[in-house]
Amino acid sequence: MTIRTARPDRVQHFRPRMHCLKKLEAMVVEMQDQKSGVKGSEQKLNVTTIPHVLTGKDIIAWIANKMKTTPEEAQTFSTMLVAYGYIYPLQNHKKLVMCNDSSLYRFQTPYFWPTQKWFAEDSDYAIYLAKRNIRKKGMLEPYEQAHYNHLHEWLNHKWDFIVMQATEQYKAGKERKKPDRVVFDCQERAYWIVNKPPRRTHSAIDCGPERLIDPNTDEKITFDQYRRQNMFYQQAIMRSKVKSSVSLGALVKYVTTYKNHDPFLAPCLPSNPWQTDHDAYWTLNMRRVDLPTKMRVERWSFSLFELLSDLRGRDDFKIFLKKEFSGENLAFWEAAEELKWGTAASMTAKAETIFKTFLAPGAPRWINIDGRTMGLTVKGLDHPHRYVLEAAQTHVFLLMKKDTFFRYLKSPVYKDIQKKALNPEAHNFSPAQLEQNANSRSPGIHPIILWQQEEEEKAKAAAASAPVDVKAMMSKIDRKK
Amino acid sequence: MNPKMACQGLQKGETLATLKKECESLKKKLEEDRGKLNDVELHQVAEKVEVVGALSIKTRRVLKGHTNKVLCMDWCKDKRRLVSSSQDGKVIVWDGFTLNKEHGMSMPTTWVMACAYAPSGCAVACGGLDNKCSVIPLSLDSNENCAAKKKTVAMHTNYISGCTFTNSDMQLLSCSGDGTSALWDVESGQLLQSFHGHTSDILSLDLAPSETGNTFVTGGCDKKANVWDMRSGQNIQSFECHESDINCVKYYPSGDAFASASDDATCRFFDLRADREVAVFQKDSIVFGASTVDFSLSGRLLFAGYNDYTINVWDVLKGTRISMMFGHENRVSRVRLSPDGTALCSASWDNTLRIWA
Repeated sequence: MTIRTARPDRVQHFRPRMHCLKKLEAMVVEMQDQKSGVKGSEQKLNVTTIPHVLTGKDIIAWIANKMKTTPEEAQTFSTMLVAYGYIYPLQNHKKLVMCNDSSLYRFQTPYFWPTQKWFAEDSDYAIYLAKRNIRKKGMLEPYEQAHYNHLHEWLNHKWDFIVMQATEQYKAGKERKKPDRVVFDCQERAYWIVNKPPRRTHSAIDCGPERLIDPNTDEKITFDQYRRQNMFYQQAIMRSKVKSSVSLGALVKYVTTYKNHDPFLAPCLPSNPWQTDHDAYWTLNMRRVDLPTKMRVERWSFSLFELLSDLRGRDDFKIFLKKEFSGENLAFWEAAEELKWGTAASMTAKAETIFKTFLAPGAPRWINIDGRTMGLTVKGLDHPHRYVLEAAQTHVFLLMKKDTFFRYLKSPVYKDIQKKALNPEAHNFSPAQLEQNANSRSPGIHPIILWQQEEEEKAKAAAASAPVDVKAMMSKIDRKK
Repeated sequence: MNPKMACQGLQKGETLATLKKECESLKKKLEEDRGKLNDVELHQVAEKVEVVGALSIKTRRVLKGHTNKVLCMDWCKDKRRLVSSSQDGKVIVWDGFTLNKEHGMSMPTTWVMACAYAPSGCAVACGGLDNKCSVIPLSLDSNENCAAKKKTVAMHTNYISGCTFTNSDMQLLSCSGDGTSALWDVESGQLLQSFHGHTSDILSLDLAPSETGNTFVTGGCDKKANVWDMRSGQNIQSFECHESDINCVKYYPSGDAFASASDDATCRFFDLRADREVAVFQKDSIVFGASTVDFSLSGRLLFAGYNDYTINVWDVLKGTRISMMFGHENRVSRVRLSPDGTALCSASWDNTLRIWA
């Protein structure tokens, strides 16, 4: 299916496919070697005997041996040879796959290779379809008929020429010997199946919308671009880098820390819902559970980022902070996040609330940050933008990360939840139970409902912890009197 | 150098040749600096790490419903729902666990190459050949025509190749064939920041999973992978190691590294702190372009989808291939791990999606 856009054809086809095509062609040439290639034989197709026919299993075995790979990988590679049109199937010609059995295949003639006849021309296709029509009316399949009608319309100015060419080719074909004609017909049909695939055929030539850059033109870099590149390189040279041993060591450490939590490396308890069709794992790890699992609690200890990312962990952290009367840092951090990720329209109002609650002298939840950062932040709030609290937020986060977080991990609050955390037993379903699970998969709670519940809880919590407005309280009391 | 100077004409004594020479010597110096800190290779550091045992990954679900190539998919944070988009303009929201199709929406364009699920689970975003990225609010009612409430947010001058929400539903990051990426305010459609630097189509982007969440990486047809600062719009790091178009970029779970998949049939691994490429995942028998990558939860496994219809599973630390996943009947356009790491979803040009675990 071609997408007709106004973009010029910039021969982009070459670049995304060139790498593999070179290798494919080299392989195909070797496969046809008289001595060391794949052994073919003659096969009878209807009444005609066709030479050089190969079976799928011979091809796959040869490739597996040549590339020193498994049969599955060899089958994958050979399927691509068929999908690109280097080899075509004799039976079931619309399915461009290599079957590992006695299905019959032939090598495509180099004339029809993707690199030779690069862009399948519409006029060539029109000639091909017209030729088939001449041979026998009504022979075209519905999808071909649709193409034919379309081409007839938009190539109408050339139609006489097309019919003339089709007639010439038809006559020339009749003069060939029957076996040669059958072979040529198969080759031509295979070429068009690959280049104009019917609906359910997967062809590798069909590769999506063109990319805009033309890789075949030399890149002309202007002096302006050189200047920018030079600036970039200068900044990159100045930027601090870390020794490989340090940064790679950290990557390895990350893997080691998380490996028991990776469902592909260690079993999840009680079971992976996708494997057993039982969603206990998700129910036990929901946002608001009384008791989290041991694995979840362990994960909170990996970093402050993990603790805060899991809202259940954040709740537990808040309990600890309340006991220490130091909840304002986290509250400020949360408010700053809301500002950063909120709508553009809400920023001014949010910035003002944050200033009044956390930063103004004598504010009810005043945060203790260094004078310089405070000064910069307050000044920035004159013209608030989404990153105005960045410096203060980073400072507060680092404070929590380096001090509060570690005290939390040693605290009775954390140790208590560690002790109480659940350790579910692994499921052990029988095949019958698994089948039952599959037939009764639970729909769970819709995320929109969960989101609404969460918003309600947040509003309640905000109301509960809002600083007391003394004046309002006083006037309420007055009115009561 | 004063940033203003870049816009001025040639200065005295400057020629295209002198600038080019300076560029080459600076590039050389950067490579030298990087080389000085290169005191060990990844597979050496990983020697002491134990080998990954045999993986038994099977197809657990096949999602049928699209009538043409599936180009993109994204998971919902609820770990079971997902959104997928296709060549025929359809965007479908599925409950992957029950195989229930919750919403089916038709976009007024073909080739919807990008789709994303909002963090709240209340909306999806999608875009493609229409050069726009739209946000569609979802509802609890499957019969409601969600597409009617579609809102255009991002507008580029060429096709949209990727999009993602940031940490909230209210901002959208998009990247395009026009060579730019941009950050948008969803509510007003306002452009918050644009990012220029690629010299060709950008094919993929990924947001950094860090506590600051202020950077993202893009990969494009200029063979470069660029890291951007969302606040300033600056390109802060750039890697040019691939030999062909970069189809996909994805951060390592810690945010300190990222992987890329390219038409040159390799996937590569880049360490951001060391500022260099630290691994190349390739094999002689792998000849076809890689179009998508994602890491497992711990970062140990790299799942890569290729144009030869397979998914290869790589050991990130040791650089070797662990296994292959067969099943799709056309190229694999996207692989994504579910938010809790329990499953991998793959989208393919064979019109289906598969969930593996």
